[in-house]
Amino acid sequence: MAQPKNFGFGPDEQMVRDQASRFLKDNLPVDRLRTLVAHDHHSAYESPVQPVAWDQKLWRDAVALGWTGLGIPEDDGGVALPLVALASVVEEAGRAAFPSPLLSTLCATEVLKACETAAAHAALAEIAGGAAASLATTGEAASWETADADVTATSIDHGFVLDGVAHFVQDARKAAFFVVSAQSKGGAILARVAADAPGVSVDPDRIADLTRDQASVRLQGVDVKPDHVVAPAKLADEALAKALPSILTLVAADICGAGEWQLQTTTEYARTRKQFDHAIGFFQAVKHPIVNMMLDLDRARSLVYAAACAVDHEPADALRLARMAKAAASDAAKFLSGRSIQLHGGIGFTWECDVHIWVKRQQHSQFLWGDATWHRARLAEAY
Amino acid sequence: MAERTDTKEQAEFREYCRRWLAENRPAPPSFRLPISAIEVMTDDQFRYLHDWQKKCHGAGLVGTDYPKEYGGHGHKGLQSIAIQEMGRAGVPYMLNIIGLNMAAPTILVHGTEEQKRRYLPPLLSSDEIWCQGFSEPGAGSDLAGVQTSAVRDGDNWIINGHKVWTSLAHFASWMILLSRTSSDDKYKGLTYFVVPISGTDGVTVRPLIKITGETGFNEVLFEDLVVPDKMRLDEVGKGWNVAMTTLTYERGAAEGAGSGGGISIDERVRQLVRLAKATRRPGGKTAWDDAVLRDHVMQLAIRAEGFRQTSRRARVESLCEQPLRLPLQQKVLTSELMQDIAATALEIEGAWASLYLGDHRAPDGGQWPLAYLNSYGFTIAAGSNEIQRNILGERVLGMAKSK
Ligand SMILES: Cc1cc2nc3c(=O)[nH]c(=O)nc-3n(C[C@H](O)[C@H](O)[C@H](O)COP(=O)(O)OP(=O)(O)OC[C@H]3O[C@@H](n4cnc5c(N)ncnc54)[C@H](O)[C@@H]3O)c2cc1C
Repeated sequence: MAQPKNFGFGPDEQMVRDQASRFLKDNLPVDRLRTLVAHDHHSAYESPVQPVAWDQKLWRDAVALGWTGLGIPEDDGGVALPLVALASVVEEAGRAAFPSPLLSTLCATEVLKACETAAAHAALAEIAGGAAASLATTGEAASWETADADVTATSIDHGFVLDGVAHFVQDARKAAFFVVSAQSKGGAILARVAADAPGVSVDPDRIADLTRDQASVRLQGVDVKPDHVVAPAKLADEALAKALPSILTLVAADICGAGEWQLQTTTEYARTRKQFDHAIGFFQAVKHPIVNMMLDLDRARSLVYAAACAVDHEPADALRLARMAKAAASDAAKFLSGRSIQLHGGIGFTWECDVHIWVKRQQHSQFLWGDATWHRARLAEAY
Repeated sequence: MAERTDTKEQAEFREYCRRWLAENRPAPPSFRLPISAIEVMTDDQFRYLHDWQKKCHGAGLVGTDYPKEYGGHGHKGLQSIAIQEMGRAGVPYMLNIIGLNMAAPTILVHGTEEQKRRYLPPLLSSDEIWCQGFSEPGAGSDLAGVQTSAVRDGDNWIINGHKVWTSLAHFASWMILLSRTSSDDKYKGLTYFVVPISGTDGVTVRPLIKITGETGFNEVLFEDLVVPDKMRLDEVGKGWNVAMTTLTYERGAAEGAGSGGGISIDERVRQLVRLAKATRRPGGKTAWDDAVLRDHVMQLAIRAEGFRQTSRRARVESLCEQPLRLPLQQKVLTSELMQDIAATALEIEGAWASLYLGDHRAPDGGQWPLAYLNSYGFTIAAGSNEIQRNILGERVLGMAKSK
């Protein structure tokens, strides 16, 4: 299949993106976000358990707009849009720093799509119907790319019993179910486990990012019926590998959206804040780094669209481009965050200024699914 | 094989270019070709590149999108294909680079019918070489400060002044010249001309030596040069506008009449990987075995791919935040990437990077130290990258104008 000229970004994709952008602008302006996530630094950092910032009504509205079903096949109740469309919606979510399980649900969706079992189709249908999901596939070693959660699956008469802990599970307190990877005798399997199933407990991590949550998911004697095994033995790694380019692309898209917010906000500040009788953007020590923010960001964005388009049309090239997109986005996240605080000066260092909300989201995303050096090392292996 | 984004016509033309280039690639010359057209100094080099451009023009790879009556081939949207394919084929670059990239589009946009018919055909075929007389000793970044004067004398203009860093002036028949016709207003006092150079009374061309040891750019002195009014481009006092057209093409935000050939960024990255894999380190390892160096190389590979994809995205309106945002980035991105690639090559070579052109033990013929030194030409020329960042900050992001 040839890659289309416009990255496959046609009128339908544009409509979905513009709708997402409008929805978030109308419903999640910065002051609303602030009351949601950063209203009170005491509750954020002093209560024993980090509060979970989640406007459930807003999420239900987003679901009603069909966001969770965007990439799901029509037979499973979705609208089967290409990844470029999803990436553009995730970009908008990143720009708004939308505190929601959108990204985690879409990542889980990509893995389920790669499984191609009846159990996976059933799970996809649930997501299309509005259930939030998250991947619980990572062990303490945090190697995202293989199904290596420190969970064992003991085979019983009918299905498996799971025991162990999955780490770094995103938006765990917002998910209705997890896609858990577990080691069985025959190899890794993926299982759909309801968040409220007997034996499942969620231990929230304390993270800097105020717009997300993360947890260890503990499984103690959790029963998994055969119709909840979404990938049978040995196929788990394969499914993850197949979904990896999409996942990396989506995480990078979130970073790029957040980066655009950082760029625009910092630019606006440089246009209005006056020192020495000039708007500070007059000074090249301010102007040039902001231009560099744009250069780094645009590189990452172009790679995100190239990677998404490759997933849609030239899968053989998708992993290379997706790793490039994630590496470029992670670097951009670091650079844009640093500059956005620095160029806001003292106010930029305060809780009151919105800049920190995005900085923390970026810091989190930077390491999610592998940092820049990790991906460059993997890329080099293929050269 | 068609590119993924080609139309049918583009795919066919690409196929044609590939075939033609494969069959007509010129035999390597017996002498060394300089790193780019603006370092050409000997007659041998000149003739070789002249013949090659003429042949490419004849085959439709130059002036591809220009109207037939001006010596072009009357296509639309095919020039970039020819440029890409020449880059991919690694054939020699075009000689008349200033003419193709700057003079031709400026004349096409601002010239009279007569001017277009007179100047464009021999420009495209490289029979007449062009140079650009913008910079002066006192007016580089601050281009509107040019002092070279043009004073009206009936149907003629009398030109006096001093231009510097004028690439290719030593071979040029013509120059695009920015001059001052009034001192009342810095910008509105400028007027644009095309003026004859070689063998002309009142014009002296003196070569300057570059840091690489090569020449290629010059000082040009005008003493009472007489040019007829019909060599004026656009109206008196409109010189700054015309110069902006030239600069838009020079900085890569628009496409000229077709340069091409030489070494593409992608090929440079491939060369860098090859160099790293071939360079031995103490302990029997290669430079590529060094994770830090490998990481540097991959950073550059990502920048190169990012650049390619950004060019692609720039053509998709719905994925561009602001209209000029991506096109205005091109010059900064390519010049700095080429510089960093060369710098990394030197790191890979280590002590061997001390060996310059002409040393028989120099890795890759000593091309990397040369490429590195030479790369500063591109971060300075066409408006330094500091000035480019001002332009991006001001015109795209709307920050206050720096002086
Ligand atoms: C290889 C090469 C080929 C060239 N070919 C041609 C040619 O064919 N025709 C032609 O007309 N010219 C040519 N030039 C000249 C080129 O356009 C100028 O050198 C360039 O515009 C910079 O001007 P300058 O050299 O006077 O440097 P200056 O303007 O004196 O600048 C010196 C330094 O100060 C910085 N600087 C200056 N002003 C500012 C500012 N406002 N903000 C921040 N930094 C600033 C610059 O970036 C630079 O680093 C060529 C130059 C090179 C290197």
